[in-house]
Amino acid sequence: MIEARSIIKSFGKQSVLAGVSFVIEAGQSVVVLGRSGSGKSVLLKHLVGLMEPDSGEVLVGGQPLNRMTERQLLEVRRKFGMLFQGAALFDSLSVGENIGFAMRRERKLTVDEINRRIAEMLELVDLPGIQNKKPSELSGGMKKRVGLARAIAHRPEVLLYDEPTTGLDPVGADSIDQLMERVCEQLKVTSIIVTHDMRTARRLGRRILLLRDGKIFLDSPASVVFESKDPYVHNFVNGIANPKEVGLL
Amino acid sequence: MMGQNTGTQSGFFREAGRLTLLFAEIIRSICTQRLAWSDVLYQLYFIGNRSQTVVLITGSFTGMVLCAQTYFQFHKVKMDSASLSIVSVAMASELGPVLAGLMVAGRVGAAMTAELGTMRVTEQIDALRTLATHPVDYLVVPRFLATVVAMPLLTVEAIAIGIAAGWFVATGVLGVDPAYSIKHMLHFTEVNHLLMGSLKAVVFGGIIALIGCYKGLNCGDGAEGVGRATNDAVVHACVGILVTNFFLTMFLRSVLYPQ
Repeated sequence: MIEARSIIKSFGKQSVLAGVSFVIEAGQSVVVLGRSGSGKSVLLKHLVGLMEPDSGEVLVGGQPLNRMTERQLLEVRRKFGMLFQGAALFDSLSVGENIGFAMRRERKLTVDEINRRIAEMLELVDLPGIQNKKPSELSGGMKKRVGLARAIAHRPEVLLYDEPTTGLDPVGADSIDQLMERVCEQLKVTSIIVTHDMRTARRLGRRILLLRDGKIFLDSPASVVFESKDPYVHNFVNGIANPKEVGLL
Repeated sequence: MMGQNTGTQSGFFREAGRLTLLFAEIIRSICTQRLAWSDVLYQLYFIGNRSQTVVLITGSFTGMVLCAQTYFQFHKVKMDSASLSIVSVAMASELGPVLAGLMVAGRVGAAMTAELGTMRVTEQIDALRTLATHPVDYLVVPRFLATVVAMPLLTVEAIAIGIAAGWFVATGVLGVDPAYSIKHMLHFTEVNHLLMGSLKAVVFGGIIALIGCYKGLNCGDGAEGVGRATNDAVVHACVGILVTNFFLTMFLRSVLYPQ
């Protein structure tokens, strides 16, 4: 279980999160929606202890993250896998070394077992046999797939996705959506997906958190959000800009 | 104006405090975590082997010009054959470690900051942390150890080539007697001079790696942030080497030559 309690976070004078609270139970698939700059990625980084809140706290399995040292946090992070917006693959390592990174560092598996697991993960993300390629040789979509393979290779309990389809063409985005769905079903993990891609949200979100002005504006099942008559929610999910905002009036 | 000074001072102490914490984390990591020797060896190759050319060129030309200038002055008082001993003592105790340090700071310190800074802005450092790996264990410790080991070796090379180049200029170009040059050099140069240079090189290696890694891990966003951090790393490491050199000279002098 992951719990956020009244998280407040500012960068200088800019307030990003202004008291965010929620609970995510094990096995849930939650989509966090919000406009660009609404603090979605910042919120995600708080959940895995990559950022510390100015006030409030995050609890993972009942343990408060902000009372832990960086080395204690490393132990908690073994439960997590995270797909970054730009995939964040290590440039200096091959695809195989990227995927097997956490397993090699843990030194619990033999080299053969690690290589077998790398091959399995690459099969799962439909990229078999590219272990020896370097990240610079991959397209944006392939990098995301390898990033996902790396995130799930050490069998995490919670998967965090930061804008998984941003920057991909519609077909590439759809294939990543299918892949996330498959991973979610096969591995039975808790999924928290930060996105502003409505197709991803419709497909994967069983529960939607909508961020607005640094707070949770709406926390509802997906069906409620997509049928909402609230003008802000309706405009957001249908991609309708407020004319005042674009300076037309 | 006064407010600006206070801000600069508090910024300096904040940076110094963070550097100290990073150093403490490095020592802790070396003492408690399993070392990845392959990473250390790779960094040793990168820092040591690939820095040799620049260090050798710097050492040789510094030895040559120092020898020539010393000869021009000593020739007036008929002390030509003492020129090489000046080169030898200066290279071993001061110029060798300082010049090697400045060259390595420019080449290696900048590369460390740029690499770690790019990893930071592309979220690779965050990715490391989510993969339950402390950036200090995986990125900083191998670079720190490799620099601390490589610097004395590069310094000894710079000293040797500087003295050899000075000897060549003295005997081959300026016509100083080769035998007396060597005799005087051996008479005035002590093992302690070389020891002082090597110990300084170890400290300078630590300064270069510490500042290079710190600036990279804490750089600002985007290409501008990486560029600024790289620039800062080189400037701060060079200033750090020059300032530390004075205090190290005084300290090592009192330790190696007790009254």
